[in-house]
Amino acid sequence: MSARTTSPRTERGPATDVAGLGTGRALLFVLPALALIGAFLVFPALWTLYLGVLKYDLAGSNAAAPQFVGLGNYLDALTDPRFGNALVLTVAFVGLSAVLGQNVLGFLLAVVLRDAVSWVRGTVNAVVLLAWILPGTVVVFLWQALLDRGGGTLNAILGTPGAAWTLDHPLATIVVFNVWRGTAFSMLLYSAALGAVPRSQLETARTYGAGPLRTLCDVVLPHIRGHILTNTLLITLWTFNDFAPYMLTGGGPDHRSETLPVYVYRTSIEGGALGYGSAISLIMLVINLVIALVYLRLLRRRSA
Amino acid sequence: MSSRRVVAAAVLVTACLTVTSCVGAKKAAGPGDPQRNANAAHATLTISTNAISGGKNAQEADWITKELIPAFEKAEKAKGKNVTVTYQANGIDDAKYGEKLELSLKAGGGPDIYVIGGDSLSKYAAAGYIAPLETIVGPKANDWPGWKQVDAPVKKNVSLNGKYYGVPTGVDGRVLFYNRKLFAKAGLPATWQPTSWADILAAGRKLAKLPGVTPIQVDAGTPMGEATTMQGFLPLLAGAGAEIYDAKTHKYQGDTKALRDALGFYRTLYRTAKLGDPKLQQDPNGRDESFTEFSQGKLGIIGESDYLWRSIVCPTKSVCNATSMPDRDKTVGYAMIPAERPGTGVGGQDFVSMSGGGGFTINPHTKYPQQAWDLLTFMRSATQIKAQLGSTVQITANKQVNDEILARDPALKYIADKVIPITRFRPSEEHYGAVGALLEEATGQVVAGKSIDEVAQAYERGVVKLVGANHVTSD
Repeated sequence: MSARTTSPRTERGPATDVAGLGTGRALLFVLPALALIGAFLVFPALWTLYLGVLKYDLAGSNAAAPQFVGLGNYLDALTDPRFGNALVLTVAFVGLSAVLGQNVLGFLLAVVLRDAVSWVRGTVNAVVLLAWILPGTVVVFLWQALLDRGGGTLNAILGTPGAAWTLDHPLATIVVFNVWRGTAFSMLLYSAALGAVPRSQLETARTYGAGPLRTLCDVVLPHIRGHILTNTLLITLWTFNDFAPYMLTGGGPDHRSETLPVYVYRTSIEGGALGYGSAISLIMLVINLVIALVYLRLLRRRSA
Repeated sequence: MSSRRVVAAAVLVTACLTVTSCVGAKKAAGPGDPQRNANAAHATLTISTNAISGGKNAQEADWITKELIPAFEKAEKAKGKNVTVTYQANGIDDAKYGEKLELSLKAGGGPDIYVIGGDSLSKYAAAGYIAPLETIVGPKANDWPGWKQVDAPVKKNVSLNGKYYGVPTGVDGRVLFYNRKLFAKAGLPATWQPTSWADILAAGRKLAKLPGVTPIQVDAGTPMGEATTMQGFLPLLAGAGAEIYDAKTHKYQGDTKALRDALGFYRTLYRTAKLGDPKLQQDPNGRDESFTEFSQGKLGIIGESDYLWRSIVCPTKSVCNATSMPDRDKTVGYAMIPAERPGTGVGGQDFVSMSGGGGFTINPHTKYPQQAWDLLTFMRSATQIKAQLGSTVQITANKQVNDEILARDPALKYIADKVIPITRFRPSEEHYGAVGALLEEATGQVVAGKSIDEVAQAYERGVVKLVGANHVTSD
């Protein structure tokens, strides 16, 4: 990264061509990758952009002959209260379940398990990982059984028959669900990161009388800052695009758990407005890019 | 993005736009020659319906796989034709099934024969997903002898601009089903026929005194899907004197008095008088829950199609599974849905109903149109219709079959004789589906507690956005 700061002229020198391939052959090597990215990333993105400027429906006359509406769909989306609602819910969902929930819980689990007896570590690891590796549909089915209003396990345990968790607390439901579902990744990443913190420094800190909080802030966190940022970036993007809430609450009741991916599905597939749905998808893509750029900027500042 | 990339993207998009429709070009191909592959050595056909053995509409799935397909293949073989038919079973929510079908038709695929609802005709026709039968298979589609057995309104339900788009399956009607045992406990008559909305609510107030009983279920909200409009809102709107779409003036109901009255009934039922369970309308499985409650005697009155009688609470365990009611004939009563007050219904009627139904149709892009037509007419022959029904009874699209079977079931005879003559069908206008979604939303919001005025105005804004202000009535 720091090489960028030197003048571009010296950058052209042979030192940059470490493998000694030459530009032509180097291009040949990256070509397959570029072709794949072009076919599966750039083309769909442009296609989405194109569909977004059409009044294009799943059925009806606009399915056979879509009309060009320019930026109409984008303007409609940005002024639609349902889009605003979905955006706010998505931010809340990502913030509470990923940035806070999975991050903090994953970190705590990693810290606690680091010094735990091996069988405890093994068991907890297995259980947490299981939540992560089971297929979404299976997991959601289990959660429906847990939260069911009539004969749900949770109501049986708490002695609250008839409590409709998914209907009364839709956002809380999907937040808790996503924390439960995704914490494993943060836990694994932080476990690996904590291994990189030199024991000698931790012991030195202890010798000088630093408490656990002090040690955490001054010794552990500076070492794993890059891991925190990378982890947060990944889980933010995953959660932002996560569709599992739909299977649990269907976006309802009254749009109270309708995050952006659910909103896109409900407008474009259930509502049949494919063009409009594409416009929202593209807006989501832009938001994702912005999030990624912000994180990358933070990471770069760190390494500079 | 560098400026060069922006230019490249712009060029690509412009190129796409200048070719006009990169998407939606498939329709131009049209149905093609009706005689294509008519003499193929081996033809393959697929049928798809929303039914699955051991699950949803199990009877239908079993009929297709165990009776229809073997019988048809044998009959074709006798004619020297080699046809293999496969069945694509589904056991999902009707709306989801529709989405799945639309997506596969949009992609240029889809089964050769599928079911189409009367209300989706114009939406599908405009998209090129269906075509007049005479264009797909030739003029013989209009000369099919079976048409003589079909009543005019049922024919209309599979026609657009005077052309047949499918062969009808049957017709249903909406009534109020009630639990006679609960009625007796609440001191209500064993044979009940309300003549106004107030009568329904009065019965509900008496039922409310019974512990653990939800008095009334009228479907509302988005999770109930089409059931909300068909079972709930549209019969209420008809009772308040209006149809959702006036085919003569080409106008949808906006924020009108009839619409506000219908929403007002929901408000009274779920918020003011508290005679229904608002949560059930928000539950993604609410409709199935309402069936379960009714079959267990926990629900007093439910507005439903005769589907409830035939396929949910029937005494035959193998057909109705967990919700089967062995004592149905004694316990379940049925009454016509009253207008708001006598005579206020649409067309000055005292009682109202809505009917659905549709038909089997042929994919315009099928490889084997002639074989598909053979199958379509074979499956709508009197023999196969009776085979489809088995021991169950349903109002079919075949008069001769109806005469034979309806005598077996007084409830369906009642619906055929009293309800079908006064019923209304959903409009076959291409925006109806989207308007229906707005109605689901509106009823859901009323049940959730929003004011009638606010909801009605928001609904009208939605309709105007869909079809334009000159196609919306308001008063």
